[in-house]
Amino acid sequence: MQNPYLPYPVRIDEIVTETEDRMLKTFKLVFLNPEDEEKFAYKAGQFAELSITGKGEVPIGIASSPTEKGFIKFTVNKTGLVTGFMHDMKVGDVMGVRGPLGNWYPWETLEGKNVVIVGGGFAFSTLRASIVYMLANRDKFKEINVIYGARAPELLLYKDELAEWEAAGDVKMHITVDGTDDPDWKYNVGFVPTIAEKFAPPADPDTYAIVCGPPAMIRFTQPVLDKLGYDHNNIINSLEKRMKCGIGICGRCNIGEKFVCKDGPVFTLDQLNNMPAE
Amino acid sequence: MKLIKIDNEGWEKGLEKLNGSYRMFGPFENQDSHAFKQFGQGESPDMSLKNTHLSAKSVVYPQSQVMFEYTTDETKDDHHIMKEVATDEKPAAVFGIRPCDAASFLLVQRNFDSPEYKDPYWVKPYEASTFVGLACDDPDSTCFCTSAGGGPYSDNGLDLLLSQEEGGFTCQVITEKGEALAKSAGWDTAAEGADFEGKKQAAEKKISVKLDSSKLKDQKTTELFSAEFWDDVAFSCLNCGTCTFSCPTCWCFDIQDENQGTDGKRMRNWDSCMYPLFTLEGSGHNPRPSKVQRVRQRFMHKLKYYVDKYEAGIQCVGCGRCIRLCPVNIDIRTVCDKMNYYQSA
Repeated sequence: MQNPYLPYPVRIDEIVTETEDRMLKTFKLVFLNPEDEEKFAYKAGQFAELSITGKGEVPIGIASSPTEKGFIKFTVNKTGLVTGFMHDMKVGDVMGVRGPLGNWYPWETLEGKNVVIVGGGFAFSTLRASIVYMLANRDKFKEINVIYGARAPELLLYKDELAEWEAAGDVKMHITVDGTDDPDWKYNVGFVPTIAEKFAPPADPDTYAIVCGPPAMIRFTQPVLDKLGYDHNNIINSLEKRMKCGIGICGRCNIGEKFVCKDGPVFTLDQLNNMPAE
Repeated sequence: MKLIKIDNEGWEKGLEKLNGSYRMFGPFENQDSHAFKQFGQGESPDMSLKNTHLSAKSVVYPQSQVMFEYTTDETKDDHHIMKEVATDEKPAAVFGIRPCDAASFLLVQRNFDSPEYKDPYWVKPYEASTFVGLACDDPDSTCFCTSAGGGPYSDNGLDLLLSQEEGGFTCQVITEKGEALAKSAGWDTAAEGADFEGKKQAAEKKISVKLDSSKLKDQKTTELFSAEFWDDVAFSCLNCGTCTFSCPTCWCFDIQDENQGTDGKRMRNWDSCMYPLFTLEGSGHNPRPSKVQRVRQRFMHKLKYYVDKYEAGIQCVGCGRCIRLCPVNIDIRTVCDKMNYYQSA
């Protein structure tokens, strides 16, 4: 019987400090056993449990796209026991990865459609996976808009790649920051909901919005999408909860009868409207 | 129905015979009640119990269990890699388990043994166990198994079912596993003139409480969730967690790494939705910060979410432990009534 609690051993190949406050680091992980990479076949939107031996596990969204081979990437915020320890680790250290877990963004439904990504802060990691995936399969999607904001320029993730995606011209990038005193800042200034109202395409049955960010951003972006007429089946969210097993068995991450780890983390707004407000 | 007769001498001899090839579990006196424990040669479980204080779930699913071992010593080849631990694969025989507790394993199995994931720590010990039940001729006032899909003589989840007689037992052989155990024990005398069915009817009549849970599945989840009665239900709750601890169908757990120097174990420990830490997130946010939200979660899970998810009835076997043990007398039967008959204003 396969043990779903056993992590794949991985080695840290690269660590990039993403933000000026040094609270966010992207870890590039390589499987110790090459055959494990095939077993780990994943889709953009899924997460994995990062296992730090002697400390515990944390559920983190996969930031790399399945089209990127030879490694997997996770952007980790320094929050508590496990992530704090992880931030102190170095290249070459061994840890574990369990997954891929959860469901994914509905790529089959999104094929041939317009996609608007609305992301804020460090919730952007699975959105990076999604953008890289869409760019590698560009002809499968129609218009792609990305609205991504952070409190300040220094807190944006994947800064080099944001510029690349914009230069490639295939994706309409609307980067914004809440505020800045940098005179050379050439993008938008304003909260994500405000920028979303300005740049999000009008709603139609072929346009889907993937919304992922801190609660405040979601709370104020939703009225904007409602005003633009987005149907709740066309709005896709990704949730988070305290997790342990990640496979729908330990019982703690439920919202109603659904487990965020197994039936989610991706849910449409319509699904969420029919779930208890927890 | 295949019935065999076991007299007291045959019972003791049988237990001795089985001791070599099975890990033996049964109820023994424990403080002012009974508890399941593993027993060896020369020991005999106390079959005169009403029921054990805590459920039998610890026989298959212990309170603390080692999942993996590891070392963080970087001079070792397998440092930082999780290693599976060897377990005792010998079959287990569980004696004196009441039909409600035996049926609870079938309910819990749906959680640990699903098409997508199988939990080897639960599934393997369960599949290796043979359950020898003890029918209830004298149900307690807090028993309501007949309203929870079971009964005092129910064979759900059992391999053999014993009914107490003068000088021994009449035993119903239910499954092949049970037959094999009976044969190994030398219990093969056919029972003659035993009124198994009659005793069953008599026992069922003694359970006076009839609980209706048929309307739960048609209730709208979001409406039940925002019902006004939760404040009332949760008012006296202490979040002590006794209900979850003693309940045979509560299964939530925590995973923790425990270190001793550079050696360590990844452990699985029982956990409870009654505690605030259960859902506390790293950011400090807690989706269930208040007691009433946690109390609501437990009853919604038992009587609504499980019902909707598996379409096999409530996640309760009517053993009555939570009713007997709750220090503030919260009664799941009352809550079930409130939820079952609820009509939003």
